[in-house]
Amino acid sequence: MESLRKVTGIAAPMLRINIDTDQIIPALFLGGTDAKGYGANLFHGWRFLPDGQPNPEFILNQPPYDRAQILLADRNFGCGSSRERAPKALREFGFRAILAPSFGGIFFNNCYRNGIIPVELPIEQVRAIADEVAASQGLGQVTVDVEEKAVASPSGSRYAFEAPETLRQMLMQGLDEIALTLSRQDAIDCFRAEDRTRRPWAY
Amino acid sequence: MSTGSPRTFFEKVWEDHVITALGPDSDLLQVDRLVLHELSGSQAVRALAEAGRKPVSREQVYTVIEHLISTQPGRGPTDSVSKSGPVMIETTRRASREWGFHFIDYDDPRQGIAHVVAPELGIAFPGATLVCCDSHTSTVGGVGALSWGIGASEAEHVLATQTLAQSRPKTMRVSFEGSLREGVYAKDMILALIGQVGAQGGIGYAVEYAGTAVRSLPIEGRLTLCNMSIEFSAKYGFVPPDETTIAYLAGREFSPKGADWDRAVAYWRGLPTDEGARFDREVAVDCSSLAPQVTWGISPQQVGAIDGQVPDPASATDGEARSLAERALDYMRLSPGTPLSGIPIDVAYIGSCTNARLSDLRAAAVILKGRKVKAGVQAVCVPGSTPVKRAAEAEGIDRIFRDAGFEWHESACGFCGHIGSDRFADLRVVSTTNRNFEGRQGPKTRTHLASPATVAASAVAGCIADARRLG
Repeated sequence: MESLRKVTGIAAPMLRINIDTDQIIPALFLGGTDAKGYGANLFHGWRFLPDGQPNPEFILNQPPYDRAQILLADRNFGCGSSRERAPKALREFGFRAILAPSFGGIFFNNCYRNGIIPVELPIEQVRAIADEVAASQGLGQVTVDVEEKAVASPSGSRYAFEAPETLRQMLMQGLDEIALTLSRQDAIDCFRAEDRTRRPWAY
Repeated sequence: MSTGSPRTFFEKVWEDHVITALGPDSDLLQVDRLVLHELSGSQAVRALAEAGRKPVSREQVYTVIEHLISTQPGRGPTDSVSKSGPVMIETTRRASREWGFHFIDYDDPRQGIAHVVAPELGIAFPGATLVCCDSHTSTVGGVGALSWGIGASEAEHVLATQTLAQSRPKTMRVSFEGSLREGVYAKDMILALIGQVGAQGGIGYAVEYAGTAVRSLPIEGRLTLCNMSIEFSAKYGFVPPDETTIAYLAGREFSPKGADWDRAVAYWRGLPTDEGARFDREVAVDCSSLAPQVTWGISPQQVGAIDGQVPDPASATDGEARSLAERALDYMRLSPGTPLSGIPIDVAYIGSCTNARLSDLRAAAVILKGRKVKAGVQAVCVPGSTPVKRAAEAEGIDRIFRDAGFEWHESACGFCGHIGSDRFADLRVVSTTNRNFEGRQGPKTRTHLASPATVAASAVAGCIADARRLG
């Protein structure tokens, strides 16, 4: 997986609750078996007008947010469908971190496997960062430090966060998760041999 | 195995699958069943092959062609309304055959939507860990499996290792107490719950459905209940096994046989939550006064009783709820105070992993028998599986649907999500599906979620209608 230790960049506020993966990338654009090619349709329904032109009202079409690397969101971001093209599309657009009070659980796991850290921060802290960003016309830089488990606002306010340790280590080191699991093959074989006698019908 | 202290169903199943702890927050779990389909399964099998890896336990992998395949009668092997459908179907088909998975192709008599097929064939069973690249995988919690939706990378990991690293969720018990009134269904129970706890209410939880109303639900109703767990952001939802579950699974194709069956049943009977076990959160829903539910907005939490009205955003308790309601009414083109019953519809849709099993089609048929779909309304039925379709045809249900004016399709995920067909674009749909998100069923499509009975009654009335009051 792609590694991430720290990112500093433009942060785009999109403070609405329950932004679902159908909005992040509509099902119409899930075609193909490729690992890439989804960023162009990120937030398609909001980002483009019916005639296909960029919607000037949409934040990611407005400089400097069109080069944002950090997304500021509200509760339950990424709820709904399990489609992994949602974090893929966000990553291809340029996002490396999403700060929100909570995330859809499947999306949360998918982010780590696509080079994005989903950071859980209380809404007051997300709003405080968004306010600073707005006051700087979007130019104030936000830093997400995966190693230090901390976010720094444009003015330097520091907010600590927690992250699942296994996933965080994998992200920082860019580890191949499958190789990591296969290194535990002895434990897996041992479990399966014992479990097979206990629950033969599961095999 | 047993620690002596009372444990929940979830704790028993989770602990029985822990291969090793990966840290304080996560475990490496044994995966008993991986179910693949062509939408995301195609990505997983391609990524696995490109990494030069092979599946390690093909007997535990099942593939069903269902997401992108056409529902049109007479469909061919790669017919799809999605432009990329043919290549995704072919990629999945080729890998499943080559690697020797249990493979259920588009023309297999067992074919259907994965979450309908899995219980029907006994692929899902009590205490199994079952994963699939689809957020509605929790559906099969209805037969007591611990099942959840995963991403394509996680599916690739399962193929390569037959395991998955997962953070352990908290536990919630939802007790549905009381008896359902006539004309009120599992769909209404789960919609009412989502309205009560909100679309984020289940984040981080594995949810056990309990209470007298759940115990008296047949398996198909329990599947509907568990299906929509993800609509309040619970990844896991389940009804621990009981005698109803065991009777349902007996004799199914992949259910244990002979001495294995007896051992399995003995194990399953030990899985329900122990008396005195503690949950991190308890929620109660009173079913005795529950009315049929219908959504009015763009999140499943925006729901009300069918005899109610579109709410007034101005009366919302806080600014956030107000702005959410305003946005919803703007998208849905509804005005505050409008009675939900009577909102004119363009389309009535019966389909999806939520509500297209035989009992759902029977409930709709009772209403449609001898009646006609209102002129100008498109009415479409996509049975949840080919066995459901065949069983319905054997009972003459297809005739009732067709005579009323419904289209009768082959089974697949169909029109639940918009993958290419613009048939419902810019129309108002009353639907037995699970998501009313903006654009979910097509560009500008306005979806109202409801039970099959409500959808059938609405098809006849030409507007959202209470099946209990149909003249």
